[in-house]
Amino acid sequence: MKVRSLVVLLVLSGSVALAASMSVQVQKSKVRATPSQLGRAVATVEYGDMVQAGQEQNGWYPVTTADGIKGWLHESVLSEKQIAMRAGVTDTAVGVSNDEVALAGKGFNEQVEAKLKADGTLDFTWVDRMAAYNVDPEEILTFRSQGHLPGGDQ
Amino acid sequence: MNERLLSILVTALLALMLFSGCSEVSEIGTKFARDAGMISSDQADSLTRSTKAIEKTQQELTPEQEHYIGRAVTAKVFQSYPPLDRPQANAYLNLLGQSLAVFSDRPETFGGYHFLLLDSDEVNAFAAPGGLILVTRGMLRCCESEDELAAVLAHEICHVEMKHGLRSIKQGRLTEAFTVIAAESAKQLGSEELASLTREFEASVGDVVMTLTTSGYSRTQERDADAAAVELLRRAGYPEAAMITMLQRMDERLADAGGLGFAKTHPSAKSRENALRSTVTNTVFVPDAVRRERFSAVMRPIMVGG
Repeated sequence: MKVRSLVVLLVLSGSVALAASMSVQVQKSKVRATPSQLGRAVATVEYGDMVQAGQEQNGWYPVTTADGIKGWLHESVLSEKQIAMRAGVTDTAVGVSNDEVALAGKGFNEQVEAKLKADGTLDFTWVDRMAAYNVDPEEILTFRSQGHLPGGDQ
Repeated sequence: MNERLLSILVTALLALMLFSGCSEVSEIGTKFARDAGMISSDQADSLTRSTKAIEKTQQELTPEQEHYIGRAVTAKVFQSYPPLDRPQANAYLNLLGQSLAVFSDRPETFGGYHFLLLDSDEVNAFAAPGGLILVTRGMLRCCESEDELAAVLAHEICHVEMKHGLRSIKQGRLTEAFTVIAAESAKQLGSEELASLTREFEASVGDVVMTLTTSGYSRTQERDADAAAVELLRRAGYPEAAMITMLQRMDERLADAGGLGFAKTHPSAKSRENALRSTVTNTVFVPDAVRRERFSAVMRPIMVGG
């Protein structure tokens, strides 16, 4: 097993106690310098990206990205399954079971949404407008500080 | 034998075996069918995969699937509750909501948390799977400060975190959907499969919308969301007593609403307040002046507006 060999190698090298490959299961996320959603962003990861993750600590994994950048990702971002991004890659073709690989876009997906739009069943205009309301951590920090909200542990 | 008929027969057989709760039997059945030359080796593999997929419906949908269900649920809610097109108020709502969500046990979903006001006088709020959260103008009127609105949003964020919306999807729908998904994992869906999957998707979305707008979550789910919301407020630095104050105001408003909206889908505000009494020790609520002011500046015109 690739993962097991990697773990053995890392343990032997003495650099990390435990590490495993994990996949990013959300559209986009930021690797943080500290284990906090409001921590400084050091890298961006996207759906299906693989990272090397160490031992989870209070819901946070220390990770190393494919580019070698180290930081932290919350457990809600990561999946133990590998996420296959390309259409046409079957579970059997990569030689592992469904338990280890999830195919991105499988099931309820953009194609299904597009059909509902085309049929005139649902209008997503306002859903898209709503999804465009994004707030970055800097704004949150300012909002919290102006509103006299104490530091607050995550 | 006609391939379609065969497929229906074997699916029915597998479903029967599964509902009897015995997956080993279904594997043996598939093996038997293959050995007897009823189905090819490829079909047998495919059926075994489908069977496993049906068993997996007990497991969670992926965050990506949850995201698309949540988008459609939101689009459907908009058909009965139109969005309120007030950019400044919606921006403030998102600032407050997203600043709470970062303290949740599930701070990140596939597409993130987003919030929007609804142009409805009904006292209500909805959390669609994946983090799309809607608050009516009527619910806003139950809040006199940012802290109370934070309590409303925290409650909805906790429904998302606990995936309560997804749990309202009837199991049979996912069983159907997962069969199509498993059979078609390798390629783009054909038109028949897409139609079938879309049907199950719409039905799943319908289940969630029905729960959100008509039947409501279970009392246990509501109490769990309340308790988690208090913890979320605490982490984010908001006074937990704001939750009690908000419930009291809601109780007063709902008494006038004649059992519509929130009253229809939630346990009474009074019983929710009582359930929280042991969790919230300090019930004296004095809202912070700055937070009250910035809330009023943005929301007051909307609360009084028609």
